[in-house]
Amino acid sequence: MNLNYLSYFAAALIATFGFGVLYNVPTRTLFASSISGAVGWIVYYFLAFEIELDLFVGVGVAAFLVAFFSQWYARHFKMPVIVFAIPGIIPLVPGGSAYNMMRAFIEGNPEMALMFATETFLISGAIAVGLSVNSGLFQVFSNRAFGKREKRYLP
Amino acid sequence: MQKYPVADILDVCVEAGRVMLENGAETYRVEDTLYRIAKSYNLVYINVFVVPTALILTVQGSDGQDHTELLRMTDRQTNLEKVSMVNDLSRQLAQRALPPAKVKVKLLNIKNTPRNFSRWQSNLAIALACGGFPLLFGGTYTDIIPAVVAGGLGHIVYEAVNAWTNVSFFAEMVASFFIGLLAVLFISLGFGQDINIIIIASVMSLVPGMAITNSFRDLMAGHLLAGVAVLAKALLTAGAIGIGIAMVLTFL
Repeated sequence: MNLNYLSYFAAALIATFGFGVLYNVPTRTLFASSISGAVGWIVYYFLAFEIELDLFVGVGVAAFLVAFFSQWYARHFKMPVIVFAIPGIIPLVPGGSAYNMMRAFIEGNPEMALMFATETFLISGAIAVGLSVNSGLFQVFSNRAFGKREKRYLP
Repeated sequence: MQKYPVADILDVCVEAGRVMLENGAETYRVEDTLYRIAKSYNLVYINVFVVPTALILTVQGSDGQDHTELLRMTDRQTNLEKVSMVNDLSRQLAQRALPPAKVKVKLLNIKNTPRNFSRWQSNLAIALACGGFPLLFGGTYTDIIPAVVAGGLGHIVYEAVNAWTNVSFFAEMVASFFIGLLAVLFISLGFGQDINIIIIASVMSLVPGMAITNSFRDLMAGHLLAGVAVLAKALLTAGAIGIGIAMVLTFL
């Protein structure tokens, strides 16, 4: 069981690292974003498969956590949040259900396809919600943003 | 009062926007950065409009004349280092407005920065990343090696076909067809257990999960055009992958 978690952690770490290299993340932040991706995936796995909450909740909380890590890293490394958030959410991204959806459509099985489509859009929506709730909170509570409340494009 | 001609400032803004948009920054970030750069040169009535394929910027100089520049984007890739470098540059400009000629040189430097990793290193990294996904999707350890081989080779095929034909739909279709063939081959040779797990893990480098998520973020931020455009591209990509895999699974 613990070994299971360790291997999942390693797998998510490697996956995030690989995509970080593909997206040309700056070298000194590569490992940081891998860690946040792996932690996010472990949290998702724990919430969705151990406690058996809804997928939506698990992914949302995990994405929130990844975004939280990313905001913290962004302040620490003085780089934009996107550098950490994009590789970090790679393990959560609904690639599997997107693939299953398209395959079911093409094999002429619309009911299965709709099911997978719902899953895909719910998961992507949950990731987006997690990220935007986090950045909203950070903008509300960050001191620097309080000082100059001029026109801001809220993400 | 501006110290520099408005046309030069606009050139700098558009060039910065081009670098950011080319390298996969979100549209709201591009709009925000351009707004800040233009503001740091004391321009007024700044309006920026960015969609994934185009960029329009209108400003008014102190002489009361409006200036507009339009940029049409064709190809996009993801290079987060350049995005972060342009971000840094815009922060520097917010503190002290440099002459546009100097900024242009800096932007050219950013543009010519080589990638951190060679093509082979990034292909190897993608292959390893595909090896991580079988476990995440509930597969077994035996699925890892087929996923590494199929994912790595599939990504190489995708890059080659994309560079050759310049049609990403076709490149994704061919690459996923190739991945499907490899997966069938591995299963029939006795490596790996679940063909679906192997295929899903190997196509992860092509699958538009990232694009779907980004489109939702754009939609939530109120950038309806950008969000819908990215979503359409993502669905097209998903369709290409589905067709490629379905060709293998129906004919074999």
